[in-house]
Amino acid sequence: MCAVCGCSDGATATITDLRHDGHDHVHADGTRHSHDHDHGHGHDHHHDHDHGHGHGTGTLVALETKVLAKNDALAAQNRAWLAGREILALNLVSSPGAGKTSLLERTIRDLGGALDLLVIEGDQATSNDAQRIRAAGAPVVQVNTGTGCHLEAEMIARGLAVLKPAAGAVVLIENVGNLVCPALFDLGERAKVAILSVTEGEDKPLKYPHMFKAATIMLLNKIDLLPHLDFDVARAIANALQVNPDIIVFRVSARTGEGLDAWYGWLRREALRAPEDAFAAICSGPAGVTKQMEETVS
Amino acid sequence: MHELSITRNIVAIVAEAAKGRPVDRVTLEVGRLSGVMSTAIAFCFDVVAKGTALEAAQLQIKEIDGRARCHDCGDEFDTPDLYTSCPCGSHRFTRLRGEELKIKTMELREVA
Repeated sequence: MCAVCGCSDGATATITDLRHDGHDHVHADGTRHSHDHDHGHGHDHHHDHDHGHGHGTGTLVALETKVLAKNDALAAQNRAWLAGREILALNLVSSPGAGKTSLLERTIRDLGGALDLLVIEGDQATSNDAQRIRAAGAPVVQVNTGTGCHLEAEMIARGLAVLKPAAGAVVLIENVGNLVCPALFDLGERAKVAILSVTEGEDKPLKYPHMFKAATIMLLNKIDLLPHLDFDVARAIANALQVNPDIIVFRVSARTGEGLDAWYGWLRREALRAPEDAFAAICSGPAGVTKQMEETVS
Repeated sequence: MHELSITRNIVAIVAEAAKGRPVDRVTLEVGRLSGVMSTAIAFCFDVVAKGTALEAAQLQIKEIDGRARCHDCGDEFDTPDLYTSCPCGSHRFTRLRGEELKIKTMELREVA
């Protein structure tokens, strides 16, 4: 199980700067090496799992600590850093192949003149996606997670340090293609944008409810393929709403451009609201994002 | 499989709190709706704890069932998954329990 997917912590992530020709790799231990590129380019029911072989006769210490406290604290730092610069950050999540990179390429080409767009690319390996983003015209850093199957707040902090977005910019974070793990790790973003393509099943939101519950909007992508498929759009949207009654859905095709104006309109509106985040930065959690669930009472 | 990353967090937090003393037992609360599998944490624990103050520790995981309060009718109801609605039909509710991911206690060995 671990050996197959083997999530790791941020210690093995590599940050690659693709803002210009010839880029540096910065490793977690601070080592850096450069390359030059030629391009073109009410009741608890529970059972206990006991594990190990200790015998409790010692001092009991109450910790009451959230396991993800460290990541959440770093995410809060990222959120405050972004808010202070009036930068909008979005976390794009989907299965592999749903069209995140194509959507980003198109968004950069269509909106690059109006918005200062920058990208943090997350993948287990290769800088292929970052090369595509750079070709589309946006500054980009690639985060390679190695064996990790999601981005964490610490990787974003390091990515932002390299990317150095200007005040008022929009940072689009493309997470590792995975509908499970990225749902749990706050990066400090304003909102999660879930992308579901019509070549997947209508029941994806029910199969991966954590992600669709955590998302503010869902882009139903590849709608140009609908004539060739038996995909039931209404059912897919109903499934998403069942998990998250507040989710906003746009039907788009990154290939033909159909429906993208609605996504662009939302993006522009959110970018205009970035200054509000400065006031909300003192609170934990994304500013202005409607949550289906209120804070868990534990 | 994010549980390895989660387990590393657990071991790091407890080892730091133990300040070098050996830990005999760690108790966690894991909600059934937390998105984290208890069995996967248990699976990773030995490997991650090796060479740390938790090497000999027993891991105890208390699983918490999901429970919510409806915004529309005000009743409490069980939520075995993330998309179960209130018996009254409403999808709007506040989660009361089931999303915990918490280290509750640790037991330190008495050092003579």
